[in-house]
Amino acid sequence: MYLLRLALASLNNRRFTALLTIFAIALSVCLLLAVERVRNETRASFASTISGTDLVVGARSGSVNLLLYSVFRIGNATNNIRWDSYRHFAEHPQVSWAIPISLGDSHRGYRVMGTSAAYFEHYRYGRKQPLQLAEGRAFASAPFEVVLGAEVARALAYRLGDEIVLAHGVARVSLVQHDDKPFRVVGVLQRTGTPVDRTLHISLAGMEALHIDWHSGMPARGAARIDAEQARQMNLQPEQITAFLLGLNSKVATFSLQREINQYRGEPLLAILPGVALQELWSLMGTAEKALFVVSLFVVLTGLIGMLTAILTSLNERRREMAILRSVGARPWHIAGLLLAEAFSLALAGVLFGLLLLYAAIAIAQVPLQAQYGLYLPLAWPSLYEGSLLAGILLAGLLIGGVPAWRAYRQSLADGLSIRL
Amino acid sequence: MGIHGQDGTHSASANHGSRNNRPMTQPLIELTDLGFAWPGQAELLDIPSFTLERGESLFLKGPSGSGKTTLLGLLGGVQKAQRGHIRLLDEDLGQLSAGARDRLRADHTGYIFQQFNLLPFLSVRENVELPCRFSRQRAERARQRHGSIDAAAAGLLDHLGLRAEWLERRAGALSIGQQQRVAAARALIGQPELVIADEPTSALDADSREAFLQLLFAECRAAGASLLFVSHDQSLAPLFDRSLALGDLNRAARAPEA
Repeated sequence: MYLLRLALASLNNRRFTALLTIFAIALSVCLLLAVERVRNETRASFASTISGTDLVVGARSGSVNLLLYSVFRIGNATNNIRWDSYRHFAEHPQVSWAIPISLGDSHRGYRVMGTSAAYFEHYRYGRKQPLQLAEGRAFASAPFEVVLGAEVARALAYRLGDEIVLAHGVARVSLVQHDDKPFRVVGVLQRTGTPVDRTLHISLAGMEALHIDWHSGMPARGAARIDAEQARQMNLQPEQITAFLLGLNSKVATFSLQREINQYRGEPLLAILPGVALQELWSLMGTAEKALFVVSLFVVLTGLIGMLTAILTSLNERRREMAILRSVGARPWHIAGLLLAEAFSLALAGVLFGLLLLYAAIAIAQVPLQAQYGLYLPLAWPSLYEGSLLAGILLAGLLIGGVPAWRAYRQSLADGLSIRL
Repeated sequence: MGIHGQDGTHSASANHGSRNNRPMTQPLIELTDLGFAWPGQAELLDIPSFTLERGESLFLKGPSGSGKTTLLGLLGGVQKAQRGHIRLLDEDLGQLSAGARDRLRADHTGYIFQQFNLLPFLSVRENVELPCRFSRQRAERARQRHGSIDAAAAGLLDHLGLRAEWLERRAGALSIGQQQRVAAARALIGQPELVIADEPTSALDADSREAFLQLLFAECRAAGASLLFVSHDQSLAPLFDRSLALGDLNRAARAPEA
């Protein structure tokens, strides 16, 4: 214990270097923990993008591709699927509910998704949380109504009753606007932290109405054009959709139904289990995330090496200190212990200060991070895993302290009570 | 930098100095046929015999470079002689392990060096109490004599003319003269049998030098400690019980490498 007191007094005597060393370690610890928290939070929010859905079905392509366009609104479907295929499986005895999804249009960079009322009723994210309306209502049978995701409403400052024009295609700058058929905002969803926030939801009928006068991917011209009022009167039953989500009566049936869908003779379909596909996708992104983690580990190592340098540099000018301690009865292992205590104190102070920095940073950045990136960093106590990381850093500090301790041990054996420089 | 000084080969002529008829009171220090060389160098010390009685104050004259610091290191058990014997308090240092020698030094020897004796970042009081932190025996003796270690430190400092208000100041803030008195208090706390002083007065002016010595003598007497005082300043020699020149003791010095 007295050694610790001596080490602290000696450090205090060199407080400028000591503080710099502590600060370097603190920054590295803060970085490591911040990366760790962002990593965990990203993974958690990624995994909670979709829940409660047993199968995602689309045209036959890759499972990651299907997951990306149907759930994450990234990329495009290679092919559509027929409405009667959807009906076939929606009415399957094992199926509890089905949500049709029709994609392909956008509004100022945000994807437009055609769906049915079942979406608001059955879609789940996170811990099986349902979608909830922040204001307004879900779209009704009238085709030209739109329900906005939270971020769309916020970023574009739309309110209930606003009229918006959708664009054909998904490019950010779209040349072809559906300006003859404006949509009215009837509802805004609550924030979910998932791609739902960045989506405009319209009914399948609305989607159909938009494209009712289109032929071979081109809008009709002149007299062939059908205006909104006419469209309203027409049969708006879609013939094709992009994908659909299925909820089953019993999980046990998942694999057999998946096989049945994949072997469907009507057209080539692909059914995926969202959890498995999410895993697959995450393992693709996981490499970058691991790289970030490794980099921050190396930053911690750099901080500790900084400490090693500072202590080793101080050793020579402290030979007198060591000799005095030897003359009052300190044994060589006391001297070594002194340096270990010093290294440990520096590492501990660095870790504590780093935690303080982390919490200060989270407290400051929490709100803007959630608003900008939908990333929620909780101001929680260190987890068990973080605790073991910190313990690892302390242990590494102690091990690194062994280097100057060993040197000082040998030095004090050689110097004895004199300082032979 | 050599670090093998500890454990060279040396127990060759062990039976050489054994005596059967010991005197009634053993001297505190008894050197016989001591030889020491730093690794890779010529023999620095070759001392056939040297004794220091209990309670005696001895002036040992030695210019710098004469091996006096090495001799003090040997007496402190920090280095080990390659041949011969050093008996301190009836213990043969050569027979003891490095740890046991360290313990013996901590328990029975107080050191005062030329200057910069103190850890500047500790308070005066903490500096004085340092030996009690490393030696249970000295802590125990200080407690027995003064009631507590703090009281022992305060008492010694008071005797050495340092006022109580200095106790909690940083040692680095003191003048050199004051620092030397603190160092003396530290050497004396817990009543070690031996006080070794290595040029403790060389940084002091003539007046404070003698005043410091008188205080040191008085305190050594009060504690019953022997004082081994090494200096090149012959003018101090008459103040001591006995005076020797290291050059006369050390045969290695008399036959310089020529």
